[in-house]
Parts: sequence; C-alpha cells; structure tokens
Amino acid sequence: MTEDAQDSRGFRLTRRRLILGGTLLGGALLVGYGVARPMDVAGAILSGGGTDPEESPFGAFIRIDLEGWVTVVNKQQELGQGIHAGMAAMIAEELDADWDRVKVVEARSNFRAYGVQITAGSNAIATNWDAMRNAGAAARSMFVNAAALRWDVEPDAIEVRDGVVSHPASQQSASFAELLVEASRQTPPQVPVLKTAEQYRLIGTDRVRRKDSQPKSNGSLIYTQDVQRPNMLVAMVAHSPRFGGRLARFDDSDALKVPGVVEVFAIDTGVAVLAETTYAAKLGRDALRLEWDDTEAETRSTADLVAYYHDIAAGNGGIGSADFATMGEDPDAPLTGDMVEFSFDFPYLAHAPMETMDCVAEVNGFDVSISSGAHLASLDQVMAAFTARTIPGRVDLEVLPAGGSFGRRGVMTADYLVECVRIAQRVQGRPVKLMWTREDEMRAGFYRPMSHHRVWVEMGADGFPARWRFHSVCQALTPVGDNIQATEGITHSPYFSTARTVAGKIFSPRFPVPVGFWRSVGASHTALVMEHVIDQLARRAGQDPAAYRRSLFEKAGDDRRIAVLDELMEKSGWSTPIEAGWSRGMAISEAFGTIVGQVAEVRLEGGRPVVRRVVAVVDCGIAVAPDQITAQMEGSIGFGLSAALFGAVTLKDGYVQETNFDTYPVVRMNEMPAVETHIIKSTNRPTGMGEPGVPPIAPAVANAILALTGTPTTALPFLSGAAATNAGFSMRG
Amino acid sequence: MVYAVRVNGSLHKVEADGQTPLLWVLRDTLGLTGTKYGCGIAQCGACTVHVDGQPMRSCSLPIEFVGSAEVTTIEAIDDPIATAVQQAWVARDVPQCGFCQSGQVMSAVALLRAMPSPSDSDIDTAMSGNICRCATYNRIRAAIHDAAATLRGEAV
Repeated sequence: MTEDAQDSRGFRLTRRRLILGGTLLGGALLVGYGVARPMDVAGAILSGGGTDPEESPFGAFIRIDLEGWVTVVNKQQELGQGIHAGMAAMIAEELDADWDRVKVVEARSNFRAYGVQITAGSNAIATNWDAMRNAGAAARSMFVNAAALRWDVEPDAIEVRDGVVSHPASQQSASFAELLVEASRQTPPQVPVLKTAEQYRLIGTDRVRRKDSQPKSNGSLIYTQDVQRPNMLVAMVAHSPRFGGRLARFDDSDALKVPGVVEVFAIDTGVAVLAETTYAAKLGRDALRLEWDDTEAETRSTADLVAYYHDIAAGNGGIGSADFATMGEDPDAPLTGDMVEFSFDFPYLAHAPMETMDCVAEVNGFDVSISSGAHLASLDQVMAAFTARTIPGRVDLEVLPAGGSFGRRGVMTADYLVECVRIAQRVQGRPVKLMWTREDEMRAGFYRPMSHHRVWVEMGADGFPARWRFHSVCQALTPVGDNIQATEGITHSPYFSTARTVAGKIFSPRFPVPVGFWRSVGASHTALVMEHVIDQLARRAGQDPAAYRRSLFEKAGDDRRIAVLDELMEKSGWSTPIEAGWSRGMAISEAFGTIVGQVAEVRLEGGRPVVRRVVAVVDCGIAVAPDQITAQMEGSIGFGLSAALFGAVTLKDGYVQETNFDTYPVVRMNEMPAVETHIIKSTNRPTGMGEPGVPPIAPAVANAILALTGTPTTALPFLSGAAATNAGFSMRG
Repeated sequence: MVYAVRVNGSLHKVEADGQTPLLWVLRDTLGLTGTKYGCGIAQCGACTVHVDGQPMRSCSLPIEFVGSAEVTTIEAIDDPIATAVQQAWVARDVPQCGFCQSGQVMSAVALLRAMPSPSDSDIDTAMSGNICRCATYNRIRAAIHDAAATLRGEAV
C-alpha cells in the first residue's frame, strides 16, 4: 500500500494507507508531501512511540472528502497573521480547488508527519512555498489521471478548475468528489508540474480571505484560555518580583483557607496555587506570604542600566566585543575630518498580546497531553518531554490559535509551557490550566532587549558617508553565538555603499533580565538607527531625504529598494506640499527578506506626535494573500507605533514598574493612523509579512518630527511617564 | 453566598464570593468563554458584556453588584444590529488573532443601538476602551460604518 517517490529536490512524495479494503480511509483522500529522508531519522526519534496522526504516518496536508470539501492541514501556527489562509491558498492554487470549499484545520505537533513546526521569523509562507504547492499539484495530478482513465483521454487534454475536472473536447466533467475513489488509487507524480505565476487564479487575488473570521467574531473560537476539561484545576504561580530572585520560604496557610484552593506547592519558578476556578487561584495566590532570596537577583534601575550601556559603548564596561560588520582596509583607524556622532537608546518592551500566557497540560506517567498556542511547536514538544522526563513522541501537543504573540509564545525555553508541565506532573492525571494575569505577563521578562547604539560617520566631500563606525550594546537573544539579531538591519545595510570602511562592534552584556524575540527582532531598533541617521545626513548635505536614499541605493545596486522608494514617493505625494503644521517622514527597511517603505504624516500637539496617515509600500515577492499583507501592514504599524509612542518596560531597584495597560499604554482606536498599503508586483519567491511592517514606523515618525522641528530623536519612546499615560484610556461614561 | 444572575435570558444560581468578577462567573462557572480575560482592570475591553443593554467590563464588575440586571454575552447577541455588525466583521476580515473581537463586537453593537449613524469621532469615543494589539482598528471602524449603512438599508 505504500508508494514512495523521491524527486530531484530531495522531497519525498508519500501516499500511504489511502485505501483500506477498497474504501477510503476515513472517507478522505490524503496526499502527503513529506520531508527529506534525514528528517525521517530525526522524526523517528522525536516521534518514536508517539501516536501517528489519523491521516498518515508521513503526514498529510490535504484531505478531500466525499462531499468535495478540501481540508488543508496547517502545520504553522495561526496567531493572527492569517497564515492558515496563505497555506491553504498555496495548496488550493495548484490543486485548482474551489476556494469556497476549502477548510483549514490546525495540525498537532508531529515532526514525523509535518517536519519542523516552527512559526517564527515570518517564515511560514517562505519556507512552505515549495512543499505546499507541490502537495497541491501532486493531488491535482491524481485527479487528472483518474479522469483520463475514466474517459479514456489524454491527461494533457484535461483541465481542472474550482474543484471540477473536465475534458473540453468531449464535454465531460466530474467533481473532485465524483472522482475521489479513482483519484485515490493514482500514483502521485515524482515531480509535480507547478504553475507559472501568470497562471495563478487564486494566489495574489483578493479571493484569498481568512477562514476564521466568523468564529472570531462570534466568540466561538476556542483559545487556550477557553479550554475546559473535566476535573481540571486552574493554576497561578507567584514568581519572584525581581529577575534572578529565588524563593527563600513561603507560608500558604491563608492561601489554603481560600474556598476552592486545592493545593499549593513550590516549583522552580515560584509557588504554584491550584484551585477549582481562576478567581480562587488568584485569591489564593494573593494570600501567599513569600520571602525571596535576592542574592543573585538584578537590583539595578533602568537609569543604572542606561549608564552602564553608555559606559560599555565607550569601552569602559569591562566586556569584550565582537565584530558584526567589517569592510575596507584598516576600518578601526580613527575617524578624521568631518565626523558626525549619533547616540540612540531603546527600552525593554513587553509583547503584551491580548491573550496572556496560558497552557493546559495533563501528565500521566510518561504521557503528556498539552493544549497551547505554541508557535515553536516542535521545540515546545521537546521542552515538555525534557521536563516530564519522557520522549517527545509521548507528548501530544494540540496547537491552538493564539490570542496574539508577537514573539512572546516563541520563547526557546518554552517558559510558561514548561511551568505548566511541572505543575501538571505534581497532580498526575488531572488537567491543569496555567493562567498568567496581565501583571504576570508584563513582569516576567523575555522582553525586546534594551539597547544602546553609538554611531560615528566620517563624511566624504560629496556629502555621503565615507566611513562608518558602530558600537552597539544589546543583550543576546540566544545563549550561544554572535548575537547577530542585535544588529540585523545594520550589518548588511545598503547605506554602506559609498563607504571606504565600516567597523561595527557589538557588546553583549549578560545579566538576569530575560530577553526574547519581539516582532521584527533586531530591526525593531536598528531601523531607527539607520533611517534616522540617513535623514540627518541628508539634511546636513542639503539634500531631500528621498533623493539622498536613492543615490545610496543606486550605488548599492539595490533595485528592490529603488522600486519601493519610487512607489512610496508617488503614492505618498512626497514631492507635493503638505499643510502647515504637518510634515512627512520616510523610512525604508528590510526584515526577513521583505522590504517595507513607509511615509508617515505627523504633526505635534503640545509636544505629542500625532500620526494621521501612513502610506506603506511592500516588496514581499509574490503576494500570496494580498488582503492579509494589507492587514499585517496595518497591524504592524499600530504595533510599532505603540512602541514608538509609549512602549517602555522600566526597572526600579530591579522591580518592573509597568504592570498593565494603564502603565504600559498601547495605541487605541483614536490614535490609529489611516494606513494605505501598496504591494510591489513581483515574481520572486514570497518572503515574510508578519513582522517587516513594524520597523519603519518609528523612524518615519522620527524623521517627520525632524523635518518639523529640526530636533533629532535620540531615544524611544517619544512619550514617557505622565505624558504617555495621559494619552491612554480613561474610562468613559 | 449564592447569587441569582440573569445571563442570556436564563436565571442561574451561582455560589461565589461576592467580590468575584462577573467575568469569571461567566467563564468558569457558566462556561461562556466567548468573553475574554485581557487585563482584569477595565483597561482593555476584551471582557465587554451588556448589562441591561449597556457595555460593561465584566472583569471589574463584582457578582454582588449585578443584582437582577440582565447580562448578555457575545454568545447570545442576535438582534439585527448584532447580526449586521458580525456580518460586517466577516466581510472585512476584521479579526487577526481575534482575541479582543468579542469585546469589540459587544462595544460596537452597543454603539449602534445608541447611535445608528456614528461619525468617526463617535466611533473613537465609543471604541477606544477596547484594545486590539493586532491594531485592527481601521477595519473595525470601516465595519461599524458598513453595519450602520446596512441597517439603514443602504448597500455596502
């Protein structure tokens, strides 16, 4: 029953257990387009002993049922970015399915079936572009062959459209449903023939829409927070209020008196309170008396850390550096002549997704069952197994949609998930829902790291940079390696095109505040560094910032950026005057292979930047789902603007000062600019879209303020303290 | 203490501490999970329900203060205004992560009940208590205008 074929790219087509005793397994035709053979070995280890998914041991991304519905199994996590629609569109395009009869289901974590399931770095469309199209094309070919046999015609003369297979010459046609049994018996092609971009009927059109808007508009979609299981306990954990603090002792006598509290015990991250309801768990936790040992805890304040970072950049911090960008001869020679110096400070940022961290886990001996909005599912599964001292294959991880994440659920140590498994281990056989409050989420770290960038530019006689030097200070996001994320966005900048030398040094201090991936990662701060420096240099050279950029891009031979710039100038009306009191600011940056340019229209009201409109241009290769690209641009601008205007997590004596949306304001409806998105037509492979819209907004606003006032921005956020919170929401009515 | 609360047209007897926020009674006791916890301090609006028709933050409303008021959650809104709002939400693909959208819809329905043709500024005022971290605000505004137009009998 097994038919395998290896294509030239090392992918393997697999069709197993399609037909049992002449009937379709589960009434569905399953076409898996699996992973390379070395993955099978890893898969056997990771999944060994695990239960195979219902569909096929080698995975299946497509199911077609006897009613003609195509169900796409989405191996990536849906956390708002609309990836389910993009994944389904890539399959449906090549399958020539009827988009209105395509459904999407989330895959559980299963390495052997689906390969690596990591949703990070805006990777999902880019990394699945070949596999999903091949899966769709292979399935299509099986329908074509089935029809050719049934009608005794040449396969080449057969067409497929919207789930209907036809032979125009003989005027015969049949639906997927009608051909299902015969199609399931066909051998998938070794190398499926893919469409060219001109042949797309679905990809790149506004027909590619979300499939989850209805359950997300009527409250019926189940997130982790909503999971209810019989006999389930709700857990809350009291964490150390300082990073690196350890539990010294605790008294739970009052906590245990709270009705509904079932159990209290210490775990490695604090003290867990288990109760029958969420509110009882919270009351129980509030009633704990806790003492912390802060011997190894971080006790500095933000001002101390900023001063420390400045010392480090000045070479006085007592820590070494690594080169991140080196170009030209003797780049470390002192800069001379016309030199300009810049300094930038960026704060810690919380992700603050609407759904706080939560997880449901049940442990029965070596078997672990988890439901979570896990976007590093493969890694989360391994971390859960490690925690429960079992093998990954015995961890059943149901991947639920997440109520946002922006990187928070992509912590490599799987902090909250591991915490939930630890608790569940102690109450064997009972499901545990771990709930973090908003305060827990904001105080727990894994922030976008604070950073300091010192930049020196030696100007050439032509008004363009001749030499660049950077001293960047930022905690590393990974335990080992060169801290490359901290300087992405600077390292390969096209603005180095006129330079004789570039010398970039990154300093990576280590201390207990945990840092992590935050939507757009390094570019979330480096875009302001590069884009705001360029505007200041342009003004210094007496040039229009757009023209100045164009010269640098031309010198770099960066045709993609030039195209984005041209479109941006045209759509934003860059060369036309704007009303008195308003100004435009521009920024263009790249993240994860996608280039985004934005022009923000800004004015100042009592020193507060007001952004009324943002024109955005994006080159993300082939636009698979244009409406979701537009949505991501809108969302990224709102998210990036929240951080630029107000975002800062600060420490006082090591204690996090921001605890909720009252002290960590975010953009609300009245502060959201109008957003216009323009997508560059491209035939290049698609690149990511979940994050690249974030970086340009802060520098676009900073550049607009520079144009208005002549005052450069040296630190974010634009507003802090009372100025920020006053902008926030006050209960109306 | 036992409280009798009217939720979605039915009377429920609930045993709870009087300070228990309505949110947790709805979610944990009655299993109505469409109403979300987002902040717990009436800042984000994810927990918005209607209490006697008025939008309220259920995370900050103790059960003892609900009294005999009629509580309506996202699961039970089904008048023409609610239908128009939800249809507009789907037509525009408003949601991204979707987590705040129950609250957004509840606030939007309350707005349109009070004000059939809101201006942008009316929408800002009524909706700025609802945070959306995916920043779907522009689509929310457009969808509210769409729903208002539909209810006026105009083509959208």
